[in-house]
Amino acid sequence: MNLHEYQARELLRRAGIPVPPGEVATTPAEAKAAAERIGTGKVVVKAQVHAGGRGKAGGVKLADTPEQAADVASKILALTIKGLRVEKVLIAPAAQIVSEAYIGVIVDRASQSPVMMVSPAGGIDIEEVAAKTPEKIFRMRVDARYGLLSHQAMELAFHLYTDVALVRQAADILQKLYRAFVDAGASLAEINPLVVTPKNEVVALDAKIVVDDNELERKPAIEALRDVSSENPSEVKARDANLTYIKLDGNVGCIVNGAGLAMATMDLVKYYGGEPANFLDIGGSSNPDKVVAALQIVTADPNVKAILFNIFGGITRCDDVANGIVAATKQFTVKVPIVIRLTGTNEQEAVRILEGVGMKAMTDMDLAVQKAVEVAKKGGAAA
Amino acid sequence: MSIFINNDTKLVVQGITGRDGSFHTKQMIAYGTKVVAGVTPGKGGQKFENTVPIFNTMAEAVAATGANTSVIYVPARFAVDAVFEAADAGVKLVVCISEGVPVLDMTRVMPFLKEKGVRLIGPNCPGLISPGQAKVGIIPGQICIPGPVGLVSRSGTLTYEVVYQLTRAKIGQTTCVGIGGDPIIGTNFIDCLQAFQDDPATKAIVMMGEIGGTDEQNAAAFVKAKVKKPVVGFIAGQTAPPGRRMGHAGAIISGSSGTAAEKIAAFEAAGIAVMKRPMDVVELVKARL
Repeated sequence: MNLHEYQARELLRRAGIPVPPGEVATTPAEAKAAAERIGTGKVVVKAQVHAGGRGKAGGVKLADTPEQAADVASKILALTIKGLRVEKVLIAPAAQIVSEAYIGVIVDRASQSPVMMVSPAGGIDIEEVAAKTPEKIFRMRVDARYGLLSHQAMELAFHLYTDVALVRQAADILQKLYRAFVDAGASLAEINPLVVTPKNEVVALDAKIVVDDNELERKPAIEALRDVSSENPSEVKARDANLTYIKLDGNVGCIVNGAGLAMATMDLVKYYGGEPANFLDIGGSSNPDKVVAALQIVTADPNVKAILFNIFGGITRCDDVANGIVAATKQFTVKVPIVIRLTGTNEQEAVRILEGVGMKAMTDMDLAVQKAVEVAKKGGAAA
Repeated sequence: MSIFINNDTKLVVQGITGRDGSFHTKQMIAYGTKVVAGVTPGKGGQKFENTVPIFNTMAEAVAATGANTSVIYVPARFAVDAVFEAADAGVKLVVCISEGVPVLDMTRVMPFLKEKGVRLIGPNCPGLISPGQAKVGIIPGQICIPGPVGLVSRSGTLTYEVVYQLTRAKIGQTTCVGIGGDPIIGTNFIDCLQAFQDDPATKAIVMMGEIGGTDEQNAAAFVKAKVKKPVVGFIAGQTAPPGRRMGHAGAIISGSSGTAAEKIAAFEAAGIAVMKRPMDVVELVKARL
């Protein structure tokens, strides 16, 4: 789960990291009032959306007066950045900047541990720095049992600054960032830029935190930060039904048990000249209700011209899936043809249930995918 | 022959009285696995299905039965504690089925396992099966038959699909290992490739990868340098969009890294025969046995 910048800033502030004041506004009037309260004169107005490249998209602008802040906010609040509508802006004082650095911590798959990263080349996309000037990024593996130790933080901070007063401030921030990362259950936490002000203070200007979804169950305070309005409504509905759904642009709706098989099914749709409309994993022990929810979600996508079930019964029982399909077709009309492939646990029972309502089931994945692609190409006219 | 588990496996089930634990324990026993103990705190002294003794702690279970392997079916938030307990109790192989384990928990337990010399398989995996000998986990026994193919995969049901294709074509397996779909897992492709290379009964290897991370690329380099047996591979997720978690926590393309195209290219460069469709496994393996 991604946190908004204003949420990440608040977590860092609570961890003791110096963060300039800032307020969230959802209307131009609120933006004006916030700028008046901040009272430093010049402010920056920043779109709060889960998309990179906000600046380039016109989502970050300076304002000299509270009136101008209102004007700028009204423009930003009208934007859609990478398909996401801007619902909130952050108002913060426009900082005076002597230098910009990057600091961050990620969970690194290769070393199976947290890794701290720092770079004196801050303020720009760190992936770009990594690609163009990798020598400007310094990494340190952290033993998660001990956390980031003082001497390690100092060593990293000396890569950023030469003035020891700045180094000590940065080292302190690095240790606090690491603790905030662990406390939030994050897979990534970064400050970019970390700036030095004319008063020689090291301050976090922008913050990004990505939380590991598997932590949310035991961290209700973090889960409460979820902004449902910034997510695709179908994906929210799927999550509520304990399904994983990701919308794509094709016309073959896919309902599969297991993530690997779901991806392989989508790939096979493509292999036979079709385009998958979605990824949808109904998971392990699928009760019929989950199947009903899955069909509701997939049929709500107007692009879908055929629906393909691909079920390999292990823990998932084929008869549960069949009962779900039958229940769904009784609750609402499915206007596009359904192609069903199921094999494994309770397959015979499932076939009988489906035949009872005049539906057919196939056992071969390859043939079922070919059929679904063919049906979708005909515009879903005849099954 | 086989890798990791065989007729000498003496298994303890952590979470034996839970819904998943009890269901799959029955299946494992029916398959012929030697389930010697179960652990559920507070139920020590009872018996599972009137046969398998239950203990309060792993230490007691291992001391009383000499178990050498454990399998974990506890809820995700307790799973890493169960891994620590198993490793501390002295089993040498721990298989964690639980899905949804926080990745920071994994960063704490991995150094501990290395120091103890304990192998972890998973988490978020279907476990493993050596057909005709033992199964530890949830892979359906009836889709496997003994034979010469070693299989390793990051997925569950996609593994079943491919094993099923092989079995239908009367091509059996030495061991099928599901290593799990999380970003940090205990046993990776290379560990399994090395074990299959060292197992005289394994004549060919099938490797099922997916998008996200660099394990497949590293495995391809290992195949080129060290594996003398034929390898057939598959990568799932060619149609996956970047930046989205495709069900598995580890199946995500970050920036431009971890794509299917990059992994397929690495496989091909290492001389691995790449399946275009799951059903291609039969022809590709047949041609190499």
